[in-house]
Amino acid sequence: MRHEDTELVSALSRGDERTFAALVEAWGGTMLRLACVYVASRAVAEEVVQEAWLVVLRSLDRFERRSSLRTWVLGIVVNLARAHARAERRSAPLPPDEEPAVDPARFRPPSDRWAGHWATPPAPWPLPEDEILASELRDVLLRAIESLPPAQRAVLVLRDLEGFGAAETCDVLGLSETNQRVLLHRARSKVQTAIERY
Amino acid sequence: MNERRDRELECRELVELVTDYIEGRLSVEDRIRFEAHLDECPYCRTYLEQMEQTIAVLGYVPEESLSDDAREALLAAFRGWSQSELA
Repeated sequence: MRHEDTELVSALSRGDERTFAALVEAWGGTMLRLACVYVASRAVAEEVVQEAWLVVLRSLDRFERRSSLRTWVLGIVVNLARAHARAERRSAPLPPDEEPAVDPARFRPPSDRWAGHWATPPAPWPLPEDEILASELRDVLLRAIESLPPAQRAVLVLRDLEGFGAAETCDVLGLSETNQRVLLHRARSKVQTAIERY
Repeated sequence: MNERRDRELECRELVELVTDYIEGRLSVEDRIRFEAHLDECPYCRTYLEQMEQTIAVLGYVPEESLSDDAREALLAAFRGWSQSELA
């Protein structure tokens, strides 16, 4: 186990409230975003986060140290949120997600001399730096993210919003590296299309 | 893609490889084909650039945080847990 995780676990075990408060603060946003991927409302997502912390505290002595503490905690959030979603009947088994990243109609047909090349190329896209945080663009991003299928959204949230590496993302979500990259690519392509339309 | 190694990438194929390219997960051969296509194709250069910008703007989406109520409930739960645990 990483040295800092050893310290965190022993501080929590001896009831150090400041450590607990700091972890709730540091990981709470990520936990909340991850829970929101699976459940219907932010209120339920907050409940999932609270429930996850209680599970963490109760199982602290069973933390197996195969992953980092953060990975383990986030994995618990994902499991609980998926269970909630099943209870809410929102997560009927999804059809396998095999659509191409970009709408095939945007490419020239097989009969064309330039088959497979752009028919409707990406629209040039001036995104001035100072527009990065413009609230309209932010709304476009949030709507695009919310409309992604859960598997794609979970990967995008961890990789591109929370800045996690591929390895930890795979561990938290129980994905193979290849699958993780496929999901990430689909998710990014859809967000790119949403910005292009905006 | 092995059976296609002998010819150039199509745009439709390139767009599927963009994340693998950005993540450095293409084989050397595929990376060479990818970059050769980019040299020839301004549209695919635009696509790659826009995907990179998409990743950049996603990083600017503001962080979430728990509501004060949830945070306070958690701290109270922690106190209860540690008292029973340490008792």
